Order: sequence, then C-alpha cells, then structure tokens
Amino acid sequence: MTVERETVVVTGLGATTPLGGDVASTWSAMLAGRSGVRRLTEPWAEQLPVRIAAWAAVDPVEIVGRVQARRMDRCEQLALVASREAWADAGAPEMDPERLGVSVTSGIGGIGSTLAAYDILNSKGWQRISPYTVPMLMPNGSAGWISMELGAHAGAHALVSACASGAEAIGYGIDMIRSGRADVVMAGGTEAAIMPLNIGSFAVMRAMSTRNDDPERASRPFDKGRDGFVLGEGAGMLVLESLSHARRRGARVYAVLAGAGYSSDAYHIAHPAPDGAGVTAAIGRALADARVDPEQVVHVNAHATSTPEGDPLEAQALVKALGSAADGVVVSSTKSMTGHLLGGAGAIESVAAILALRDQVAPPTINLEDLDDEVPLDIATEPRPLKKHGAEPMAVLNNAFGFGGHNVSLVFTAA
Amino acid sequence: MTEQEILAGLGEIVEEIAGVPADEVTPNKSFVDDLDIDSLSMVEIAVAAQDKFGVEIPDNQLKDLTTVQDVVNFVAKNAGDSA
Repeated sequence: MTVERETVVVTGLGATTPLGGDVASTWSAMLAGRSGVRRLTEPWAEQLPVRIAAWAAVDPVEIVGRVQARRMDRCEQLALVASREAWADAGAPEMDPERLGVSVTSGIGGIGSTLAAYDILNSKGWQRISPYTVPMLMPNGSAGWISMELGAHAGAHALVSACASGAEAIGYGIDMIRSGRADVVMAGGTEAAIMPLNIGSFAVMRAMSTRNDDPERASRPFDKGRDGFVLGEGAGMLVLESLSHARRRGARVYAVLAGAGYSSDAYHIAHPAPDGAGVTAAIGRALADARVDPEQVVHVNAHATSTPEGDPLEAQALVKALGSAADGVVVSSTKSMTGHLLGGAGAIESVAAILALRDQVAPPTINLEDLDDEVPLDIATEPRPLKKHGAEPMAVLNNAFGFGGHNVSLVFTAA
Repeated sequence: MTEQEILAGLGEIVEEIAGVPADEVTPNKSFVDDLDIDSLSMVEIAVAAQDKFGVEIPDNQLKDLTTVQDVVNFVAKNAGDSA
C-alpha cells in the first residue's frame, strides 16, 4: 500500500563557494571546469604539510557587514549569505511563520571562533573573550541566525554527521514537511574550517592532498594520481516547500526532492566499511523512499573526495545499488573544483545536482586524466548532456558520507 | 579627562562594537531602549571602556549604567582610581 504524503519540491537555491559568491557564478564556473583551489600564502601554513585550500570566492563580511560579522562565526556568515540568496530566489514568500522551519548545519561548527577565543583567553584573560563566543562556536548557530533572519518559528534544527551533515539537513527538511510540521524549510550546510589545526588534524590522518605545487590539479576524484582531499569552505542552501504550498503561491519549482536514504557503517570511526554495503544501502533506501527506479537515474553528484580509499568504494557501491542501470548514469564529482566543504558539501552538491537536472547537463570532474581501474563508472570529464531514459521523470542523486560511518543519499527528480 | 572627551571616546567604542554611529551616542540615550544594544554587546562595550579609560566597571555596577550619561559620569568619577 502506498501511503499518501506531501510531495517536497525545491523552490529556491543559494550558494557561496570557492567558485563564486552566488549560485549563478558557482554553476557557470563548474560548467567551465574552473578550480577554486589556491596556494595558502598565510604564514601559519608554512609549518604544515598541506599548503593548499579553496577559500570562499567572496568574503562574507562584505555582505553581512562588519558589526554583524563580529557576532557571527565565518561559517554562520556564509550560511546567512547563502540563505538570503535562496530566500530571495524562492520569491521571499509571505507566509505563516509557524509553518516556516530551518534545517541548517555544519560538520564542525564555529571552530575559527573557538580557536580565536582560546588565543584571547591565554593572552589577555577571560574578560576579553567576546561575549558572543558561545553562539559563534555552537554548531547550531547558523540555524539560529537564519531562523531570526526569516522569522521562522516551526523549529530550527542542526543535525551533525561530519561531512554528511549538509545532505542530512536537507533530508531532515523532507521529514519536517512530510510530517506536517512545516510548509517551507530553509535547509542546507555550511563550513569555514581552513585553519592550521583543522588542516593539521586531517593531514595527520593522511587524508589530504599534498600536491602543494599544483593547487588547481590537487583535487582529482577517481584519478589514479589522487592523493587526498582539498579543504574548501562555503555554504549551500535549498528552500524546500510542500508542493501544495508552492502551487498555492505559484512558485517556480526547480525539482522534486523525492527522497532520502540513510545508513550507518558501524565499522570504524573514520574509515569507510571496505565492502561499501552501507553506501549501497543508503542509495537503495533513497531510491525506495523516492519511489524511483534505478533506470530513471541519469546523473550522480558523487561524494568522491579524491581520497585513495573512498572514491572506488563509492563507485562500486553505486554499481551495486543501481545494478545494470549504472551503465546509463553520468557521474561527476564537483569537489574536483570546489574542494571538500565538509558539512557544506552535501548542500552545495545538491545545488549542483538540481541545476544539472534543470539544465540537463552534468558538470565535469576536472583533473581526471587516468581513470582508476577500480572505478567502473562513466565519469564526466567535460560537461555532458543528460537524456531521459524512459517515460518516467529524470532522477539525479547526491551522495554524502561522513566520519562516524554516516551515509546519506538524496534523490531529486525533474519538476 | 573632560566629559566631552569621555563621551567622544565612548561614541567610538559603541560605533566599533555595535555599529551605532558615534554622533548618535548622546548623553540622554539608553543603551538598550534607544541604541538597541543587547546585554552581550554591553559587556563588550564595558570591557572596551575599561581598557580605554583605565576604569574598572564591576558587574554589579554595570547593570545600573543604563544611559550614555551614566557611563560618562561613572568614568569621570572613577578614572584614575584603578588605572
């Protein structure tokens, strides 16, 4: 028996990324195959084995203003910028604030503010710490600020699952609408973690690329020469809305957010389970939740971070989940251009997946020169047109996985 | 330090921390009601005032300093005592 439920649609998009300060500039840079990765010239980088990263293209302080910015962590500023764009893009709906929710998170939270406050504690004493330190370091800070910005009273949530956080937040937005708690939800993820402690912490795990002399070619998912991920920063936001609410106000609909699937590896705190069963399960559950057949899937925006271990594992899990339908799927990893935005990744990659569906074109995976033999997929290295496979609407997937063994897959279908 | 100098210094602090233009920081204004400054920013302003004027503002006195003139008076009275 099929239970009747609200259809969730996407009516607004926002992004601020290493490729651009908004959705349009980010998407055009992706289609052009541009890298946002740069050499770190800051003195603190000299002591580190990794001296490359992907800063946000536009400093959020320029947009939120200096006074507001001193009360907000950089990840909160980026989230606010992206949410304003998404809200305006959705037509800034006049609506009952009790029916408007927020599901916005981060993988780490305000780590920059934590570190800055700790330096002040040690150098000047507790009284000189900013009284805004706690709201700046808490990982739910972005959700709180955005709820204030929008006057959203249906609930503001911040699920945390490391690098799966942004995708999980979007998945939770589906639940808020289907369960009847909200008509509209601002959902997404943000991160601002380009700091020596974070780079050192990932580097000591041997998880990061050390291709310091060739920054733009360092993030190379699925390529034989990949040697780890490149840290990026930014935020992505989606305005999710019940189809009935969107119809009542005549909103433009980008795509249907058809479903989400989750699993937990329960294997190792930082290594993915080598059989990829958790990833396969998450994708399978997402398709089941979305009531989408594997044959409908034309494109996957993969999690693929450019680590030796993770990329082939995801590729093989995708093949297991999609079966013979995997042959017709065009796969991209936009992390080749943006770097890895951690808790922001699932959100900006959902934005990219939705635009791929709208424009019927898969963005390229740059730096893929020599495909790993263990990757049995069709990876786009140039923008690639997407074609419908049958009578049913086209579907695209976005995958996101996080330390802790969290696997999330989202399914979007054509409006 | 004259009251005018204290007022000017306080205006600079409030503009820096709360974004209120210094020329709006006039003696009869209430920090909360007129200048829209919350209690967290007020703590920051008090610490900056301590640094600038060399005056300790204990927490139990800070809560009574509701207007700009209150702070100017407090600084004028106590400047030099604890510097």
